[in-house]
Amino acid sequence: MADIHSVIGTKNKKGQTYTDTWKLMNEAPRTPSFFTGSEVIKEALRRASCDVMIAYPITPQSEAAALIGELFAEGYIGDYFRGESEFAVMSQCAGAAFGGARVFTTTAGPGTMRAMENFPMWSGARLPIQMIVTCRGINSPLSIQPDTLEIAYLLNTGMLVWHAETAQDFFDWILKGYMVSEEPDVHLPLALCCDGFFVTHTKDVVNLTPADMCLPPYDPYRSPVPCMDMECPPVRMMRDPFVMKSNYISYATHASWQQEIWAAVERSRKHSIHWLNGLIDTENTDAEIIIVASGTAVSQGREAIRLLEDEGVRCGLVKVKTLRPWPEEEIREATKNAKHIFVPEFNVTGWLAKEIKATIPNPERVHAGPRVCGGMTMPPEIIVSEIKTALGMKTFSLAGRGS
Amino acid sequence: MSDYRVLPGPEHFLPPAAASMGICLPNPGEAHINGVIAPEEKAYEEAARQFLMAKVPTIFPGPLVLWAWNEKAAKKATAVRHLFNTLVECVQPGQKPMLIPMPDYRPKYPKINPEVEINPNHPNLTIWHNRIDCCMFIGVHCHQANLSLKIIRGGTSCYTIAMCAQAGHEDAMLSFRDASVEKIMKLADTVKRLKGTVQPRLASAKNGVSS
Repeated sequence: MADIHSVIGTKNKKGQTYTDTWKLMNEAPRTPSFFTGSEVIKEALRRASCDVMIAYPITPQSEAAALIGELFAEGYIGDYFRGESEFAVMSQCAGAAFGGARVFTTTAGPGTMRAMENFPMWSGARLPIQMIVTCRGINSPLSIQPDTLEIAYLLNTGMLVWHAETAQDFFDWILKGYMVSEEPDVHLPLALCCDGFFVTHTKDVVNLTPADMCLPPYDPYRSPVPCMDMECPPVRMMRDPFVMKSNYISYATHASWQQEIWAAVERSRKHSIHWLNGLIDTENTDAEIIIVASGTAVSQGREAIRLLEDEGVRCGLVKVKTLRPWPEEEIREATKNAKHIFVPEFNVTGWLAKEIKATIPNPERVHAGPRVCGGMTMPPEIIVSEIKTALGMKTFSLAGRGS
Repeated sequence: MSDYRVLPGPEHFLPPAAASMGICLPNPGEAHINGVIAPEEKAYEEAARQFLMAKVPTIFPGPLVLWAWNEKAAKKATAVRHLFNTLVECVQPGQKPMLIPMPDYRPKYPKINPEVEINPNHPNLTIWHNRIDCCMFIGVHCHQANLSLKIIRGGTSCYTIAMCAQAGHEDAMLSFRDASVEKIMKLADTVKRLKGTVQPRLASAKNGVSS
């Protein structure tokens, strides 16, 4: 039986030292490295003491999945294989996690949608699997380009859902994510999302922790459900469990079970704040105009704020890091002075704006946009234009460019 | 801080999870009483008082202490037995301590025998049948414990205590965390110390905290 504290300071078979995660993330020296987001996923996994990674190719996560295969060949991952489909991959991830393994996988777009049935199952079974979602278009006609619509489908699965802005977020949050999701009072899967291509396929300077230091291993005996118990729910799902019966007790049990999943999401709040230094980051929240965004829309918002400053318009920024748990109190506090709240998004429905409108008083302050989708970029100028239009300021149109 | 308080029920047709009402788990060295963070010392006193007030104070040991899957579990089981024996010694005539196991989590069909066991999927049946008005969960996996604690709060007036080996339970009316042999023994010592100082309750556990 693993005891996390007893292995700190000892070495694994690759010669890496199991290191207290707080020290690893906050005190260990960092080396600036110029990597793509996909390469950063690989480097995070090298340090994650991961037992099992299961892969299936789908753009734009294929490169990360292949790179992690190299890690397996080098001996850093306990087991690695390709599933038959995304649905199979996520089911196989569940099997590995039921058996007490630390599990990792990556997917994107239609792959996320194809595997969707598994995600509430993971949550219900309290499996702390980590899944990278490199978001892309999901609808016909086919698009492999960046689009965050799939995140909307993940929000009610009972998974933790975080949205990384940069490759640095990715590196840190992959490692910290295991610390949050493996807490016994949480013990839920984590969907760590990013905007495909923008993060996965561009290079950035990322400060890496030493490669000879790694996370302590997962201890499945702290799980809130029995590990690998074939006789009881959640492993035993299809033979005479309460879910297959029709009576009041069965319904009440299932209701209580669902409540417990969402209670665990709530409990993750404390741990997420501890590891991520808050569920949101803020700048200039005393301003009357605030941009609230997640993912790479934050970067575009930041640039728009710089452009607006040149024109004498002061604007604040809220970077939403965790979508589940949802930073309700934090957003309410950060936007309390705002007369106008702009929510730039890379999807057609504006799911983030809807969440914010449901969270804050006087939701008419929310301008749900600008929005782009289908792989379009979001020039900071269109955010600037949206804000100036709302303020009644003269602005130019970007629509005619190229005609 | 949340205004919600975790009190004996029956609370609701479907009571909420206390965590969703803003109740937070204690940090190491702390406990919670009715959803309010309290020093662990205060929780020992309150738990002992609730046991000594109850007509049917009951311990529900779960698989983590019922099965000798490691040395620590075996020692905890011995400590749980000691706590039960202490309760038997310390209660007054008319009070009836019970020790009812939750040996596994399989839904029991067609019918559970509430005389001999409790099940997380319908714990209220065992509580109703034995008229249990105060119980303590120990050695039950956290998910199943929370499942049970919510159902008990929803449909019974039983006062619930959790002696949790991990982070504790908001859905209990009183919860310890990081349970150890020492903590179980300390609770037994507190029961012994308060023997004769607490009046057994004649009515239901509805009032919650003792004065």
